[in-house]
Amino acid sequence: MQRIRRILSSAWTAIFGDPVRAFGVVSLVLLIALAIAPAKEHFSEWHRYQRQYLNLIRDRGDAVSLRRSFKPGIHQIWLPDLGVVDRCTTCHLGLNEAGLADVHQQPFSKHPAILHSLDGFGCVICHGGQGAATTVSEAHSSVRAGEEPILPARYIESGCGQCHQDQLPGTPQLNLGRSMLRRYGCVHCHAITLPDGTKVAAIDHPPSLDHIADKTTREWIFSWLKDPQAYSASTTMPDFKLSDADASDISAYLVSTSTPLPGDSAALDVKPAVSADSSSGPSLYGESFCSSCHAVQNAAGNLVGGNLGPELTRIGNKAKPEWLLAWLENPRTYDATTPMPHYRFTSQQVTILAGYLQNKSDPDYGANVHLDPWNAAQVARGRKLIVELGCAACHEINGVQKPENFAPELSTIASKPLAQILFLPGMEHTLSSYIAAKIRQPRAFGASVKMPQFTLTVAQSDALTTALLAQTSRSRSMPDDLRVAETRETSYQPAGQAGKLMTELACLSCHRINGRGGDMAPDLSSEGSAVQQQWLVSFLKNPNTLRPALIRRMPRFNLSDNENKELTDYILAVYQSPSIDPDFTLPPMNVAETVEHGRQLFYSKYACQACHIVDTKTDKGYIGPTLTQVGSRLTAAWIYAWLRNPQALRPGTIEPNQNLSDDDARALTAFLMSLKGPGGRGAKQ
Amino acid sequence: MTRQFASYMTLRPFTWMILLALSVLAGCRRSAPPASELKATATGTAIVESSGGHQIGVTGTALSDPLVIQVNDDQGAAVTGALVEFRGPAGVNFDPAVVLTDSSGQATTSVTLGASAGRYQLSVVTPGKSHPVTLEVVETALDYQQRLGSILADKYCDRCHDPESSPERVSNYDNLAVKPHPFTEGDTLNKMSDADLTSTIVHGGPALNRSALMPPYGNTLSAADIRALIAYTRAVADPPYHPAGTVYAFK
Repeated sequence: MQRIRRILSSAWTAIFGDPVRAFGVVSLVLLIALAIAPAKEHFSEWHRYQRQYLNLIRDRGDAVSLRRSFKPGIHQIWLPDLGVVDRCTTCHLGLNEAGLADVHQQPFSKHPAILHSLDGFGCVICHGGQGAATTVSEAHSSVRAGEEPILPARYIESGCGQCHQDQLPGTPQLNLGRSMLRRYGCVHCHAITLPDGTKVAAIDHPPSLDHIADKTTREWIFSWLKDPQAYSASTTMPDFKLSDADASDISAYLVSTSTPLPGDSAALDVKPAVSADSSSGPSLYGESFCSSCHAVQNAAGNLVGGNLGPELTRIGNKAKPEWLLAWLENPRTYDATTPMPHYRFTSQQVTILAGYLQNKSDPDYGANVHLDPWNAAQVARGRKLIVELGCAACHEINGVQKPENFAPELSTIASKPLAQILFLPGMEHTLSSYIAAKIRQPRAFGASVKMPQFTLTVAQSDALTTALLAQTSRSRSMPDDLRVAETRETSYQPAGQAGKLMTELACLSCHRINGRGGDMAPDLSSEGSAVQQQWLVSFLKNPNTLRPALIRRMPRFNLSDNENKELTDYILAVYQSPSIDPDFTLPPMNVAETVEHGRQLFYSKYACQACHIVDTKTDKGYIGPTLTQVGSRLTAAWIYAWLRNPQALRPGTIEPNQNLSDDDARALTAFLMSLKGPGGRGAKQ
Repeated sequence: MTRQFASYMTLRPFTWMILLALSVLAGCRRSAPPASELKATATGTAIVESSGGHQIGVTGTALSDPLVIQVNDDQGAAVTGALVEFRGPAGVNFDPAVVLTDSSGQATTSVTLGASAGRYQLSVVTPGKSHPVTLEVVETALDYQQRLGSILADKYCDRCHDPESSPERVSNYDNLAVKPHPFTEGDTLNKMSDADLTSTIVHGGPALNRSALMPPYGNTLSAADIRALIAYTRAVADPPYHPAGTVYAFK
């Protein structure tokens, strides 16, 4: 103690004993204190990067221009409307420098070309992170309250989705994720409200279970509930990880409350035996183009066919024979809103097809399922489980109401504070990893989590995560003029008797008309302006393909002559394009000469044979429709208008707009109109 | 007095040195590679690629197909249980990075490319009998513009320019009297300038005195679309495309 005091007092005397020395020491301390601020700046991280950048560009050929565009100091992009204060460009100095395309050293490399300017949107809108920070660790990886580390590159498309509610051609992952939210039933349980106040609507078609006992057995329901993917690998029904007792009780409830439909047992006396000719089943299945919508697993285990309807690999295990007959007879009796067309099969065809499908079964599937008859306690517990698990959020179930807001709303999930999230041990503390993990393994987050297990590929779960990460609170608070609204499906419904017929034939499952319908087949909104009546009548009677390379084709519906006329008249009268002149005629020139001129243009100047076939002997073009009888199929007005500007009639069509002169377009139209096909040509001559 | 000060000061370097030594030790412990739990039961002397090379992916995302390689012995027979390590430049991620070959001698990994676009040279290494054996694999990552180009190419161009046919989409390549250049054909396309490619796309083949079977797309595609298409062809060119760029003079 004494010693310390002595040292201190001697130090005091040494420094302040002499007033001049004391003044010198105080000045020195002040000077050092004043130097701290500039020194701190000089040794700061961003300053070091700026010096590195200057070193990098010093020896380059374009050093002078790069130096000219370099500004020392902290750079900031401030966008009050978007809440952006980004200082990233302080260190990322080469983002806008086209000359630095060959530099791959971060933070100096050039930003890849995108359609937006850096100054207009800043960085954090897409990349996340803390824009205002001036150190790497704070900007890139801070996880303190309210802060978010940089978004992994694999989810980068979520940034686009904040403004672009519509599909963008350059963001397939975001588009896939968004369609999966609708197709996989996510939005049945989780509400997602868009900035304009509308809710994202589901586009899947979970079957009603009101009459389930007509369709299938309790044993099948049990096996299905236990593992949906074992029955159909492509199903969107998730696995609820049910115990045997749970599955048994739920199946008991569904079967016991199912109400029978009269039609489903009426056909019992029809012999569902395999017809004498064993090839008639497969050929009818093929002719009806069932595979355009339904997939079947082939011997190699690959799914072959479309995904609009359920997979049929093991349909024989599921469907009761009498139900299958009634369904093929008219699917709308069982399910009034099914996307499946009413094919108008003859009763013989129904029997053949039902027998063929019934044979598509796997003897091992559900072979060891033996359920005891259900009792009242099981039924009561089954109902309790159905309510708890939210089955009625997707399926209509007798005696259970559709629950409202069954699961948490996801409208602003991407702005959920990290402090509100319970991370699993060993998990990266970021929102993206939380969302991805929750999608992949929901039940890992605790026994009380009701969310079922979906079977998704990595690409699919990444796409879903990307779509959800676009649901930020910024996407709702940003100015309206930045937002690109989604093009919504209209509620178009064809009218009258023909409209009823089109609903029965489910035309809109494949065709799009006036903004509603599928995208498997051509848009029919202007079909009435395009085609000739006679052709349409015979096409509906027996659709032959127009495009040789297509595997999904229009099926044949056994329409009566009256129905055919009804449909043809309606299409020709209603589906008219306003941009087509109905009175268009070719000018009265020497016809043969114009046709020959058109032929020349077709083959030499415009080389249309690259994609189209006019003469089946010489032409091989395999992309556009075959034109051998286009003169009997299309109207001259349509051909002319199409040649002038194909995209104006059908946006997005790949036929290039060749900017034809009026004369060329007319000559080509004359040539194409002269192609009447095998029967027509003779008649004309 | 001064000596007293000095004695205090001398303590400090010691503390610093101890701290430094401790931190070095801690650093070493952290940077030491995790002990590999995989024990090779056999060694091979050659690696061949089974599938998954020359893929075109997107920056920062997993390639659509896994990388599958096979380890063989001197006689060319598959080796089971050989240790295989996948390596790549910074940013590339393998899942798993170290793996033993399966019963058919194959090792499979899922590859996630880094955040910058371009060609990624990956190597597959197995210890071998006397010296390590290496197989080089090249994968390409596309940035936003290049991928937009690939999507446009898929819609507008590949039907003719890609000779590969699938049942879903039959190629028109064989039907054309004058064969189009596949976009990977660097030998031809690398010699054409961006301006040449642009005018071929905008005005069709005849613009450069080439076949009229190539129609003009100038009224169908936007300028940005065409830039994206060219960026895509440059990215997938084989041999790789090197822009002429600025000519630098030595100081």
